Amino acid sequence: MNETASVVVVGAGPAGICAAKALVAAGLRPVVIDEGLRAGGQIYRRPLVDDGRSATDLYGSEAAKATRLHREFDALLPSIDYRPQTLVWNIADNQLHLTANGVHQRIGFQNLILTTGATDRVLPFPGWTLPGVYTLGAAQTALKAQGCTIGKRVVFLGSGPLLYLVAWQYVKAGGDVAAVLDTAPFAAKLNLLSAIRFDPRLVLTGMSYAARLVRRGVKLHYNVRPTGVDGSQHVEGLNFKSGAKTHSIACDAVAYGFALRAETQLADLAGCPFRFDDRDRTWLPATDDAGRTSCKGIYLAGDGSGIAGADAAEISGELAALAVIQDSGMAADPRRMSVLAGARRRKAKLRDILEKAFPFPQNWFDQIPGATTLCRCEEITVSSVIDTVHGNDLRELNRLKALSRAGMGRCQGRMCSAAMAEILASTQKLKLPEIGRLRAQAPIKPLPLSLHEAGS
Amino acid sequence: MATHHSRPQFQRHFRRDDAHIPFTIDGTAYSGRRGDTVLVAIMSVTGQLRRSEFTSEPRAGFCLIGACQDCFVTLACGTRVRACTTPLEAHMAFTTRESGNE
Amino acid sequence: MTRRFSADVAIIGGGLVGSSAALALRLAGLSVILMDKGFCGAQASGVNYGGVRRQGRPMGQLPLSQRAHQIWPQLNALIGIDGEYQRSGHLKLARTPEDFAKLEHYAETVKSFGLDLELYTGAMAKARFPWLSGNIAGASLCPDDGQANPRLVSPAFAKAARDAGAIVLEHTAVHAAVHTNDGFALQAGADCEITCRFLINSAGAWANKIAAGFDEPAPLSRIYPSMVVTEPLAPRLPVSLGEEGGGFYCRQVTRGNYIMGGGRGYALADPDFSRPSTTAALSVMKRATTLFPHLAGAHVIRFWSGTEGQLPDNNPVIGPSGTTPGLFHAFGFCGAGFQVAPAVGAILCDLVTSGETATPIDAFSIERFRNMSSQHNEKKGTHNEMVE
Repeated sequence: MNETASVVVVGAGPAGICAAKALVAAGLRPVVIDEGLRAGGQIYRRPLVDDGRSATDLYGSEAAKATRLHREFDALLPSIDYRPQTLVWNIADNQLHLTANGVHQRIGFQNLILTTGATDRVLPFPGWTLPGVYTLGAAQTALKAQGCTIGKRVVFLGSGPLLYLVAWQYVKAGGDVAAVLDTAPFAAKLNLLSAIRFDPRLVLTGMSYAARLVRRGVKLHYNVRPTGVDGSQHVEGLNFKSGAKTHSIACDAVAYGFALRAETQLADLAGCPFRFDDRDRTWLPATDDAGRTSCKGIYLAGDGSGIAGADAAEISGELAALAVIQDSGMAADPRRMSVLAGARRRKAKLRDILEKAFPFPQNWFDQIPGATTLCRCEEITVSSVIDTVHGNDLRELNRLKALSRAGMGRCQGRMCSAAMAEILASTQKLKLPEIGRLRAQAPIKPLPLSLHEAGS
Repeated sequence: MATHHSRPQFQRHFRRDDAHIPFTIDGTAYSGRRGDTVLVAIMSVTGQLRRSEFTSEPRAGFCLIGACQDCFVTLACGTRVRACTTPLEAHMAFTTRESGNE
Repeated sequence: MTRRFSADVAIIGGGLVGSSAALALRLAGLSVILMDKGFCGAQASGVNYGGVRRQGRPMGQLPLSQRAHQIWPQLNALIGIDGEYQRSGHLKLARTPEDFAKLEHYAETVKSFGLDLELYTGAMAKARFPWLSGNIAGASLCPDDGQANPRLVSPAFAKAARDAGAIVLEHTAVHAAVHTNDGFALQAGADCEITCRFLINSAGAWANKIAAGFDEPAPLSRIYPSMVVTEPLAPRLPVSLGEEGGGFYCRQVTRGNYIMGGGRGYALADPDFSRPSTTAALSVMKRATTLFPHLAGAHVIRFWSGTEGQLPDNNPVIGPSGTTPGLFHAFGFCGAGFQVAPAVGAILCDLVTSGETATPIDAFSIERFRNMSSQHNEKKGTHNEMVE
């Protein structure tokens, strides 16, 4: 009664595009399902309409890659079953549940490649829910896809390669960047020197952003912890500490984030076993080098299987497709697979170093007042969560969600689960892997109540 | 979205002269541009999208990629849409009254 | 290293029944050990719909249900939170005249129990409850029935029992339980040995293994409710709503979310874990948009399920063992245990402390299954409406 596809690829970013390309090359016709309006993923996202900007304007140093991937995907269109603007919201019994335009559909699969990507990893600070505070990814998306800056005068805050890149993109687009506030100490950046041998172009380009920002007169601060946002209806300024000094900057927008977190809900619903990843400080679906999970027919690629960046996503997308081809009894070039696996391992080593250069801000909550909102959906405060931990001697994350309501809202913990985990672990003096992980629940994103079945 | 919040949050740097797309918020007429998402259209003319359910604090979206679910807005017909992933269409009528509250 | 515990009473299963029994027994001065294979209140007790409802129960359950009705308003004093309990009223809808006749018949039958049911014809119902829409032949309101938050109430009973001095061992499954000269000996968890004078089996969907160990298996099967919750919306639905014949039930919590259920989920490969059924959830969502057109633009944000124990006659097992003195059973609430559970805890306390209880429970004896084949049939409960 429902259709069954031999291969479904979820996601059309670099991983999904490269997976689809390798599948088509092997003579398969994959179904490619993507939430986006146009293929490219978040990193190579295209504006809804042409706005006169060139690929270099949009993607900077990555313009050639973006253009190539867009062109390759467009060339694939006759050979794939492409379903844009379609949300996969559940996986059960080897079936995907999809919705597009308020219509519900199921599609069975023999093989499934999940390339579900990542979202910004964020932590709460006083004022982070105020209009004008956005994630770094949001600041970049506003500019890249919509040609807007998130404010007139923007402060960039956090840790991760995106921090300097997006600040520079804002300057280049004519935005006023009030400051770049790095939560890591300057010394952490020295780690980048040892990353040069893995990818000199990427590392040197990345390092150049800070230099260019300084040349444009943008102030950089290190070792920063934000202490509050001025304004009651929207951002009017940001207060922060840099080391022992306190500062205050007038601004009407703040873009912040701490690298990315993998979107793993579909892998969870599919039943994939998870492992704790020390570098990403979270649980990730376990895979082999080629992206195979221990669930038959289910493969992972791209940032959704662990944050590794766009170039690594291209590699892992192709690898997962070759694994599908090989496991289906068709010919997959073993040399190509081992070359890709080697390249993937080198990207992972690069990532290890980048994590040292842009470290997660440990002890974040030492300076966060209890009244700060932790869960922005349910509006649960930090102190309310800590009280729930103490009052019930909690040691497990799902239990904390059940009793505190944090993580129970529309976003299913995407914006607060990292904070919940850090707070629970530090409050109870436990290690992060000891407190478990939030279980995904269908639907992984809100569904219209009036959803109706296709054909009904 | 009363007048004192009408300070635009977003600043357009491109598509400024693109075709204007009319829409309303609580009956007040505004225009976005061809190629806008609902979020960009609204945040380019005002300072917030909605009030939060439990503390009535202003909210204006957060992640812009359909993950944080912070930017749902209500159309006059009662349909709720996620502003950051919904393209603006001409004559969309947004209401900041809570759905089901009439 | 073995950890040894000794207590007057050991309780297997930290759901609402086991936890409320633990609390009642502590308040009566007995020493108590409460064990759960996972977290207390994480199964049926914690994930059910949250209806605190007497209306619709078979007559035999009403004395028990009335006793519970007296306990619910005292939650604050008992467990330190009100558990979001409110006497919002429970409105049962009839879609057809035949269903309405059943509601009228029920109201007549249970008149002596004091539920104060109010009957409305279709037109009267829509006048009294203007938010109602769709085809309604009639309705029956139980004004003092209501709702509470199971996610909070059930763990709070376990916490209150612990605060009152019970030893609560979570993630401690009982592997073996045997009758000894002066009571029972249990092995649990990795390293626990427990001796006790009395043993309570309140292990929910897992209780039958314990009962079978004492040579009195019950024909217990499992059911998995299928629940849906919406985003928070403006307050509009003041009552908890059910339907004659089952299939749909719904309430709106104070924070604004609509919680609705109907149909069944299913077990995963490991039958201790379950998932909500997408088909059931979509059918619930469709019914909700028919009954509440104002929800047409709203979103659902989560489905969930859980594991509940079902018995073929839709009644629970409550009472002393037929084979083993000092052993008491309380399980198999067929999806309707939430409201009665605090009274069941009180009854178990009565039975342990005095050997008898004033609440009639003979109909719930495990002895009624004595002559059934141990190869019990897997007949599922037919009364879908009971899952609330």
